[in-house]
Amino acid sequence: MSNPVPHESSPDGFYDVAIIGAGVVGCAVARRFALAGARVVLIEKGTDILSGASKANSAILHTGFDAPPDSLELELVRKGREEYLSIHRELGLSLVRTGALVCAWSAGEHESLHGIEQQAHANGVQAVRPLSAAQARALVPALSSRLVAALEVEGEHVIDPWSAPLAYVTQAMALGATVLRATELLHGTFDGTWTLQTSTGTLRAGAVINCAGLYGDRVDRCLELPERFEIRPRKGQFVVLDKAAFRHVPRIILPVPTAITKGIVICPTAFGNVLIGPTAEEQPDRTRASLETDTLEALLQRGAELLPILRTMPVSATYAGLRPATEQKAYRVYSAPAQRAITLGGIRSTGLSAALGLAAHALHLYERFGTPLTPPPGIPDIRVPNLTETEERDWQRADHGEIICHCERVTRREIEAALASPLPPGDPGGFKRRTRAGMGRCQGFYCGARVAEMTQGCFSNPPPAATGSQGDTP
Amino acid sequence: MTTADVIIIGGGPSGVAAGLTLRKQGVPRVVLLEREAELGGATRHCAHSPFGMREFGRVYFGAAYGRRLARAAHKAGLDIRTGHAVTAVQPHGVVQVVSAQGLQTLQARRILVMTGARERSRAARLLPGDRPQGVITTGTLQASLAFHGLRPFRRPVILGTELVSFSALLTCLTHGIRPVAMIETAPAPLARWPLRLFPRLMGIPLLCGVEVSDILGTPNVNEVTVRKGGATRALACDGLLLTGRFTPESALFLQSDIGVEPATSGPAIDQYGRTHDPLIFAGGNILRAIETGGWAFREGRAVGAAVADDLRQSPETAPPVPVTFDAPLRLVVPSLLRRSTRPQRAFPSFQLRFDRAARGVLRLTLDGEEVWRKRGAWRPERRVLVPLPPQATQAEHVHFHFDERS
Repeated sequence: MSNPVPHESSPDGFYDVAIIGAGVVGCAVARRFALAGARVVLIEKGTDILSGASKANSAILHTGFDAPPDSLELELVRKGREEYLSIHRELGLSLVRTGALVCAWSAGEHESLHGIEQQAHANGVQAVRPLSAAQARALVPALSSRLVAALEVEGEHVIDPWSAPLAYVTQAMALGATVLRATELLHGTFDGTWTLQTSTGTLRAGAVINCAGLYGDRVDRCLELPERFEIRPRKGQFVVLDKAAFRHVPRIILPVPTAITKGIVICPTAFGNVLIGPTAEEQPDRTRASLETDTLEALLQRGAELLPILRTMPVSATYAGLRPATEQKAYRVYSAPAQRAITLGGIRSTGLSAALGLAAHALHLYERFGTPLTPPPGIPDIRVPNLTETEERDWQRADHGEIICHCERVTRREIEAALASPLPPGDPGGFKRRTRAGMGRCQGFYCGARVAEMTQGCFSNPPPAATGSQGDTP
Repeated sequence: MTTADVIIIGGGPSGVAAGLTLRKQGVPRVVLLEREAELGGATRHCAHSPFGMREFGRVYFGAAYGRRLARAAHKAGLDIRTGHAVTAVQPHGVVQVVSAQGLQTLQARRILVMTGARERSRAARLLPGDRPQGVITTGTLQASLAFHGLRPFRRPVILGTELVSFSALLTCLTHGIRPVAMIETAPAPLARWPLRLFPRLMGIPLLCGVEVSDILGTPNVNEVTVRKGGATRALACDGLLLTGRFTPESALFLQSDIGVEPATSGPAIDQYGRTHDPLIFAGGNILRAIETGGWAFREGRAVGAAVADDLRQSPETAPPVPVTFDAPLRLVVPSLLRRSTRPQRAFPSFQLRFDRAARGVLRLTLDGEEVWRKRGAWRPERRVLVPLPPQATQAEHVHFHFDERS
């Protein structure tokens, strides 16, 4: 592949498309449009990409085996997954081919497994097979003896949920896309082209794509588009167990899903941990995803019931996220050709898997607006650093400087590279997502001070008193 | 093809003490691996706690104590390798190491794991609320201030009333940080009497029997809510300092087949400091959280002596007998006894801790026969020492009973 000089994205302040929201969907859309030759601007109100729903998920690359039949969601999950599988190597993205077991813990659930198997086949997912409890426990010996039966879904995989969108947006930037963080859309008007007022200035664009996740309905309103859906945030809390748990959970352990939710998953992560979650708690608040001790205890309890050895595993991390659910289960994807606006809304739980599919779908909808794009002459070579334990990490290579975060074995060279990357982290959360420093079992006890020093002045929101303590009076 | 007689993992007080003893006893090749750039372990950033009276005959402060340890280690001829992190301990005395130069496999006749302890994180405590910046442990605070001149907050709430909590409070006050309150889940402060008066003297409210019910703020903490019974109270602040609740830094065991004890979260060891793997020993605060640096130093010395003795003989492979105990005892160290008559025991006493305050009779039985008893009012967070009788290593059943009397 060649490394073309990126064309000036917008010498006159005009963009072909403005994408609102740099979650995983927005990042994928930016990449797809940049690859198609569009002048792209990606607007994010958070101080870094992935600061909303995309920062907290279960990191599974789904097959769509249990998606609603004939739904847009199913189609886009399948397409998104396929594209991920075809590009992950060249972008340096991980893929942990764990497979999943849908576990039945009662006779009633056992009866449902057959229906799930049939649905999987109907959804085009052929690599599923029913297992007896003994067969399932041969694959995952830690499963409780209460297991009744299971359904193996081979194609369910685990990925790094933050490096993937970072790779997408980095590739878009290499093709000239502009990324504006800490920039909130205030209002948009359309008079043949869009004029977008943001918290950091005014932009003009030929089309708008709303990828605003938890704020999808509000952004539609800012753009004076019809009110078609309402976001009803659904909170999910997670517990992350120590890396010692990883070897006991070689497969994703799924429950039999209910009408409302995929349920609580016990899942190995690409970083070598095990996570338990998410809960599904509806709440009006779109900003606070707060943890509750009782709920976290219940998650641990649930994990220990299904895989008793997990009872002995220490907790490394806890987190909570909000999913942009709406009053309906389906994705809320709309195109308004007259206003040259596309809304990718209500991507409540399969966004990571479907993002690339959604991006291709958005481009397809855009093409109907009748503005042809000229693809760039070449695709720039970009790779994001590997943070997963299934591929070689930087600490395993010589001359990494030193290890700064010992729990996650993050090197000085990795940290320096992240801070000097085309899209350096905008806040401490983004820093952790790019490097994993401080995300391990000690949660920064050992490296926190060192990391604070190395990142001093790098973020827009410093700690309240991040100044020298020497010579400063109380 | 061994690279050393002994590899010590961890250059804090216990690791250095073990190394000094091994060298003194004539063990030629002793490698000390430390992942940080300096020796000293956790004592390096405790800028005000005095150390060293019993080890070196005078008092040293934090970083100076670390330097004193380093001087002693160099002088004793230890092969000190700082910036070397161990990624795995494996059977047959094999250790996987990473340094700036790359990966290395080392092998020794015996391995000593002395990696100390750390404070439990916000996540490990399952604390509720938002996840803003500014929720940190004493270790992070003291390292920030001592090494980097960084002050993570100005008006934190301090959670905990252990010894280290008062050390944290003092650290705050000497660096222009004014805690808004000190809070404790237990009904009374855990540290001993004179210390608990200290916050009040400084005009800092001490709230006991309260739980953190919420942490609020984005991106920084702006409020911690505490609950006592049905009543909640909001504390305006800009940080939450998590103190104490130490847990052994025992990842190397947790990720090996040796595993850790649920009671201590550290490796099980016998009266010599030997783990389930006869070539691997452990000592210091990895065994149980937490004792002082001085205690860790003496324990390191004792385990070092036991290892020196072990090297002169063939490895001890007798299967160990577990030491069991009743509630409300929380832990016993050593929790294994090996049927061995070697005199060089590292642990002349059992160390016990209670889970909660209790009154009653503590008894030790060997194969059902009582060999020791004591009546008392026992408190959590206090070390209880029970002499380890020589005949205990011949018993099949070693059990600590507790008969609670109100």
